[in-house]
Amino acid sequence: MYQYDNYDQAMVDARVDEFRDQVKRRLAGELSEDHFRPLRLKNGLYLQLHAYMLRVAIPYGTLNSRQMRALGDIADKYDRGYGHFTTRQNIQYNWIKLDEAPDLLADLAAVEMHAIQTSGNCIRNTTADHFAGAAADELVDPRPYAELLRQWSTFHPEFDYLPRKFKVAIIGSETDRAAMKLHDIGIQLVKNDAGEIGCRFYVGGGMGRTPMIAPVIADFVPPLQMISYLEAALRVYNRYGRRDNKYKARIKILVHEIGADEYRRQVDAEFAHILTLGLEPPPAELERIKGYFANPGFEADLPDNVDLSDPDFALWVDQNVHAHKQPGYAIVTISLKPAGGIPGDASADQIRLMADLARDFALDELRVTHAQNIVLPHVKKADLYTVWQKLDAAGLANANLDLISDIIACPGLDYCSLANARSIPLAQKISERFADIGRQREIGELKLKISGCINACGHHHAGHIGILGVDRKGTENYQLLFGGSEAADTSLGTIIGPGFNEDGIVDAVEKATDVYLAQREDGERFLDTYRRIGVAPFKEAIYG
Amino acid sequence: MVDLVFADNVLRFRDDDVVSDPAVTVDAFVDAVSGQPNASAVRVEPGDDARALLPHLDRLALVEVNFPAYTDGRGYSAARILREHGYTGELRAVGDVLIDQLSHMRRCGFDAFVPALPISADAAAKAFATWPEVYQKTVDGRTPIWARRHPVA
Amino acid sequence: MKILTGNDLPSGDVIWWTGEGWSRHVDDAVEVGDEAQALIAREDAARRVNGAYVIEATRDGGSVRPAHIKERIRALGPTVRLDLSLKPADPAAGTWVI
Ligand code: SF4
Repeated sequence: MYQYDNYDQAMVDARVDEFRDQVKRRLAGELSEDHFRPLRLKNGLYLQLHAYMLRVAIPYGTLNSRQMRALGDIADKYDRGYGHFTTRQNIQYNWIKLDEAPDLLADLAAVEMHAIQTSGNCIRNTTADHFAGAAADELVDPRPYAELLRQWSTFHPEFDYLPRKFKVAIIGSETDRAAMKLHDIGIQLVKNDAGEIGCRFYVGGGMGRTPMIAPVIADFVPPLQMISYLEAALRVYNRYGRRDNKYKARIKILVHEIGADEYRRQVDAEFAHILTLGLEPPPAELERIKGYFANPGFEADLPDNVDLSDPDFALWVDQNVHAHKQPGYAIVTISLKPAGGIPGDASADQIRLMADLARDFALDELRVTHAQNIVLPHVKKADLYTVWQKLDAAGLANANLDLISDIIACPGLDYCSLANARSIPLAQKISERFADIGRQREIGELKLKISGCINACGHHHAGHIGILGVDRKGTENYQLLFGGSEAADTSLGTIIGPGFNEDGIVDAVEKATDVYLAQREDGERFLDTYRRIGVAPFKEAIYG
Repeated sequence: MVDLVFADNVLRFRDDDVVSDPAVTVDAFVDAVSGQPNASAVRVEPGDDARALLPHLDRLALVEVNFPAYTDGRGYSAARILREHGYTGELRAVGDVLIDQLSHMRRCGFDAFVPALPISADAAAKAFATWPEVYQKTVDGRTPIWARRHPVA
Repeated sequence: MKILTGNDLPSGDVIWWTGEGWSRHVDDAVEVGDEAQALIAREDAARRVNGAYVIEATRDGGSVRPAHIKERIRALGPTVRLDLSLKPADPAAGTWVI
C-alpha cells in the first residue's frame, strides 16, 4: 500500500503544528468558538453529547498493521479504551480532550495518518471498495486513483469553504461495495471496447434529508484527466451550489434543480478551460503511486483447498470469506457485530489483535468497510483456520456478514448531539432477537441500517430494512423503511407507515421477516421478495 | 517574488502603488465600460459572476473580492478565474478575512488583503508560510509536489 | 426550573452551573432565573464553559431531572456503556433516562 515520502510527511506535520497553534489560541481566548469551530471541524474534532469526538481519516479505508496498532494505542492513551468504526470507513474516538488533541494528531502523523478534512464543508476523506486489490471480480484497482485524489483534495485552496460537505467514492468493479451512487461524486473505473481505462462520473447522489441517486454526468473521462474533471465539477458547485439554505446546499440539489444536462454543460465548459491550464499530475505520478499497490507479496502455487471439517469454522468461511483474485488466497471480513453488541465498536485490545493478524496473516493490510466491519484482504487459505481460531478467542468470529444482525447503526442519541433517538439499543435488541445463526442464515442476506436522525449516517434509506429515529414530542420514535439498496441495484427505501417505539420496531422487523419467509420464491432475498410483492402484505402483517 | 508589505492598511505582495480608486460594483463596471471607460477598480460580491469582467481585464488595476462571511468560499473561485484568464492587477480580499484563510487565498491568486479585523504583518507572514509544499498546481506559481517528484529535465 | 449547562472548554466534559461554579453532576444544578444570559456571557468570556445554554428541568428532593431525553443522556453518559457513565455501579441508571 501507499507510503508517505518526505513531502507527504511534511504536510501532515505542518497540519499538526497549525492545529496546535489554533488550539492554543482558542484556549488563550484569542479565537472565539464561532471562529474556532470550522477550524477544528476541518481537523475532525466535534463537540458531541459527552465530550469532544475526533474522527480520524482512514484514506479509502486502507491501513497497515502499524497504523491499526497505533489506533488501538490511541484508544488507550487518549480515549477510554475503544474506538468506533464508521460508515465513512473512518474511526471515531468519543472521549477526546481539546488540550490533548494536538498530541493525538502528532501520534497519528508518526504513522502517516491524520484527521484532515474529516468534517467541515470541504472535500472529505475519499472512500473506496474495501475489497480493492483483492476482489476476484475487480476490473481496475481503484486505490492508486483514490490516492491521487487524496493528495489533490488535501488542503485544496479553492474548495475549502464549499456550500456543504463533499464526499467522493471510487470503485473499480461492477459490484458496488461502496454505495458509490449515493455520494456527491461517485467514480466508477470502467474499460471501453478498446480496453482503455476511464472514469465514469456519477454526480449528485446522497442520503440525508433529500436522498438521491446520482445520475451519470460523464461516461468516460481518461484517467489522466480525472483531476481536471474534478476541478471543473467542484468549481461549478462552489460557484452555484445554494448557500441560502443549508438543507439545500449539497450538490445533489444543484444537479436536481438545474438538471443533469445543464450541470453537465457547465462542467464541460469549465473542463475545456481547465484542460488548458496543465493542472493534472503527469502519467509518471500515477505510475509512481501504482507501484505501491502492485503485488503486495503474493506467493505462487499455494494450495487452494480449505479443510472445512470443523462445522463452526465452515459456517464462518461460508459467511465471512470471499473469493480472492490470487489463487491460494481469500478475503476475510471480521464482523464487529456480535449479538447484543455495539455495531462498529472495537476495544483497544481487539484493534491491536486485528493489527497483529494483518501483520502475520494478511500481508500487513486491513480495510475498514462502510458496513462498519474490518477486512483482512489477503489471507492464505492455508491460514484461514488459524486466523479464525484467534478471532474466535477474541470474540471476533461472528459469522453473520450481510445477515440481519450485521446491522449498520450510527452513534445516535447515545453520543451524537444532532440525534433525535438512540440507534445502538435498537441494533442490540434486534441482533439479540435474531441471535440464532441458523435462523439468520435461513433469512439470508438482509441489510438493516439504522440512523438516529435524518442526516442518515446509518444509511437507513439504503437498507433493505431501514430504521430512522425521530423525536415525537420528546420521546424516541422510529420509522420503518423497506426497499433500499446501496449495491449496484441502488434504490431508496420508503417509509411504510406510522412509527413505533423501541420494542414495537423490533416486533415489526420480525413480522416483516415472517412475511418474507412465507412468500419468497426460489433464491429470492428479502429485498427481491419485497420488490416483487410490494408493501401491502408487509403492512397487513405489521399493522393489520 | 515580492515580499509582503504593509502599506495604507493593505497587506500586499506587490510593490506598485496601492490603488485608491473607489471600487464600483460589477454591474456598474460592465455598464460603464460601454459608456465611459474610466473606472479601474471593481468590487466582486459572492454572487457576482467574475467571468463578466474577462473582456475588460486590461482596464482594471484593482479587483476587490468581498468576503461578507469567511465561510462563503465563492470568492476563491472568482479569484482563480481572473488569474487563469491573465489578470495581473491587484486582487484584494476584503471583509471577513481571517488569519487561517490567508494562505489558501494567496494560492488562489490574491495578492492583497484588507481584513475587517486587522492582522499584523508578522502573523500574516507566518500564516503564508503554513504549508512548506503544496499538492495542487494553482495560479500562484508554486511548484506542486507532483512536479517536484518528477522534475522535467 | 431553568438550569444552565455546557461543556468544559479543555476537557469537553458536560458541566452544570451550581450557582458558584460548574459541576459534573446534574444534581448540583440550580435555578438560574433571569441571570442566564449574563452568566453565559461572563463564563464564556472567562473560558470556563463552551457553548452554554439554558434547559428545562425539575427538582425532586436531591435530584434534578432535565426535561428532554437528550439532556438526561448528557447528564448520565451513553446508555449503552453505563460502565463509562457517571453511575457505573447502578444497573438501573439507564431507565432514568427514559
Ligand atoms: S444520523 Fe444523525 S444521529 Fe446518527 S450520527 Fe448522523 S447526525 Fe448523529
